[in-house]
Amino acid sequence: MTTALNRVAMMVVTLFGVTVVVFVLLRVAPGDPVAMMIGPGASAADILALRVRYGLDGSLLTQFIIWLKALLGGDFGTSISFHRNALALIAERLPATLELAVVALGVALLLGFTLAVAGTLAQRRIGEVAVDSLTGLMLAVPDFVWALALVLLFGVALPLFPLSGRIDPSLGGTFRTPFYLLESLVTGQAAAARDVAAHLVMPVLALALPLSAIVARVLKGALAEAMVQDYVLLARVKGMSEWRLVTREALRNAVGPTLALTGVQFTFLLGGTVIVERIFAYPGLGNMAIEAVINRDLPLVQGIVLVFGALFIVTNLLVDLAIAALNPRLRHG
Amino acid sequence: MSAALLSIEHLSAISEREGGASILRDVSLSVAPGEVHGLVGESGAGKSTVARAILGMLPRAVRVTSGAIILSGTELLTLEPKRRRSLLGAHVALIPQDPLSALNPSRRIEAQLTDGLRMWKGCSAAEARRRALALLDEVQMREPERVMRLYPHELSGGMRQRVLIAAAFALEPRLVIADEPTTALDVTVQKQILRLIRDMQLRHDTGALFVTHDLGVVAQICDRVTLLFGGRIMEQGPTADLLLRPQHPYTRALVAASPRYDRPEDGLAPVPEAVMARCRQEIAAFDRGLHG
Ligand SMILES: Nc1ncnc2c1ncn2[C@@H]1O[C@H](COP(=O)(O)OP(=O)(O)O)[C@@H](O)[C@H]1O
Ligand SMILES: [Mg+2]
Repeated sequence: MTTALNRVAMMVVTLFGVTVVVFVLLRVAPGDPVAMMIGPGASAADILALRVRYGLDGSLLTQFIIWLKALLGGDFGTSISFHRNALALIAERLPATLELAVVALGVALLLGFTLAVAGTLAQRRIGEVAVDSLTGLMLAVPDFVWALALVLLFGVALPLFPLSGRIDPSLGGTFRTPFYLLESLVTGQAAAARDVAAHLVMPVLALALPLSAIVARVLKGALAEAMVQDYVLLARVKGMSEWRLVTREALRNAVGPTLALTGVQFTFLLGGTVIVERIFAYPGLGNMAIEAVINRDLPLVQGIVLVFGALFIVTNLLVDLAIAALNPRLRHG
Repeated sequence: MSAALLSIEHLSAISEREGGASILRDVSLSVAPGEVHGLVGESGAGKSTVARAILGMLPRAVRVTSGAIILSGTELLTLEPKRRRSLLGAHVALIPQDPLSALNPSRRIEAQLTDGLRMWKGCSAAEARRRALALLDEVQMREPERVMRLYPHELSGGMRQRVLIAAAFALEPRLVIADEPTTALDVTVQKQILRLIRDMQLRHDTGALFVTHDLGVVAQICDRVTLLFGGRIMEQGPTADLLLRPQHPYTRALVAASPRYDRPEDGLAPVPEAVMARCRQEIAAFDRGLHG
């Protein structure tokens, strides 16, 4: 109970830290949002009026306090470039990014676990070398390079998947929620689900391949450690097959450290959505973040960074909960 | 010799980690059905290597160079791996040294006690559970119902070793290999566990290879003894002969230096350097004979 309270307190403190850092960094960064909004010959009075309107007059501290007060009331301010409520804009885009990131995480885990188990089963044979080389390659190439390679492969040479966007415009108008994939799956709209999935293939692969390599490496190392423990020896004496030794005896004990690292790496994946969404013109939060930065749209940038920060924190919490749930020693604490 | 349950014949092994040095030198021994055979020697003498060779689980760097291991008439070293696995799985069990690491930390006791029964005896889940409870009862575990639901970290070292003994006898094996099963336990618990293994072995009429570095343990539990030094047999015979009328100077030194049998916890006392030198000479002479 107290640990749970501590957790929540820590989350609040962390989130507050994020707001401070975001605010200060963006104010210190060069570029005047008002100057971006207004044509060159604007009068000083016009500029001042705009500053007041967007809360950009006053000292840094008063600006921060005003912003924070509004935030606590759920008001993220008004986007300078879209002239709309920043929170509403974020709420429209976030589901697209969440679907992309969660599917990428799922693919990364599936691929990483498969590779790790395959490499462990193929111990000391050519298969293990193949797995190690493959994960080495997947790790060495960053997500945006994968994105470009995938564009060349699937977009140009083998045009199997759509190159950009989230859904074919002819199918786009039929959704009631912004969670296109989830909604089309739940309501059984097969055509729409297929189309959304096809649009996801490339951005998901670009994000998932490097992460799956990390998962595979860490899990394979943890499995190797578990496989020489006495309980595996004993299970081997019992005559269990290698498959059972790996999946029943070793895997459970190896996932803890793997999940802990996956949590950290998933936050990098979230960061990676920014550039990958850009490359595939995927209408998510990351894509909007780049536009917001280009336009010096401070309220929107702040809001987006804050939401990403909250996502990181929630991710870490979920990972800790998952680890605790999997470890009997922590479960009965 | 054909009546033997286990017969190890002229087994030699080398360690590639130590530049191909011999770690077993022409070791022969046999275990009759229902007999407890003690394998004794100081640390590094090669006891565990013998045990692991029977189980086909030598470390990567260790290799058998010659010899045979025959279990109930079947030679194990040349047996196809799949058949060896099922033969060993059904008829041989291991009681390991360290009960802390020998139970899977993330599986409940029930799962670890019943999986062998389901795999080899074709038991249903309910039948396996019933047998597992009976086994826990047999190893004098209190509240077996509750223990079944627990994870290993919730049990004391002695309780874990009882679980491991129950697991070892679950499939009615013909041979139990115990590799220093009491070394990691408290002194008081050691005696109980030793008595428990003896009781179980007698009741189930199971043959056993009992690895220990402790002559006191040998006196309590073993019918016959093989004494190893540097992977070479120094002396072998019925326990009473070996302890009361030791022939080899190494055995004599061990018996003379040994603590009283009712205080086995003191372990082996140091052996005079002259005797150690004699043992090393014998090994060197054996190695010369091998290469000359
Ligand atoms: N994993 C291993 N790889 C190579 N050599 C080993 C390994 N483990 C033990 N040995 C060698 O085998 C010899 C016998 O070891 P072991 O059978 O464990 O002795 P004991 O069980 O009698 O203490 C030792 O000299 C040791 O150096
Ligand atoms: Mg040993």
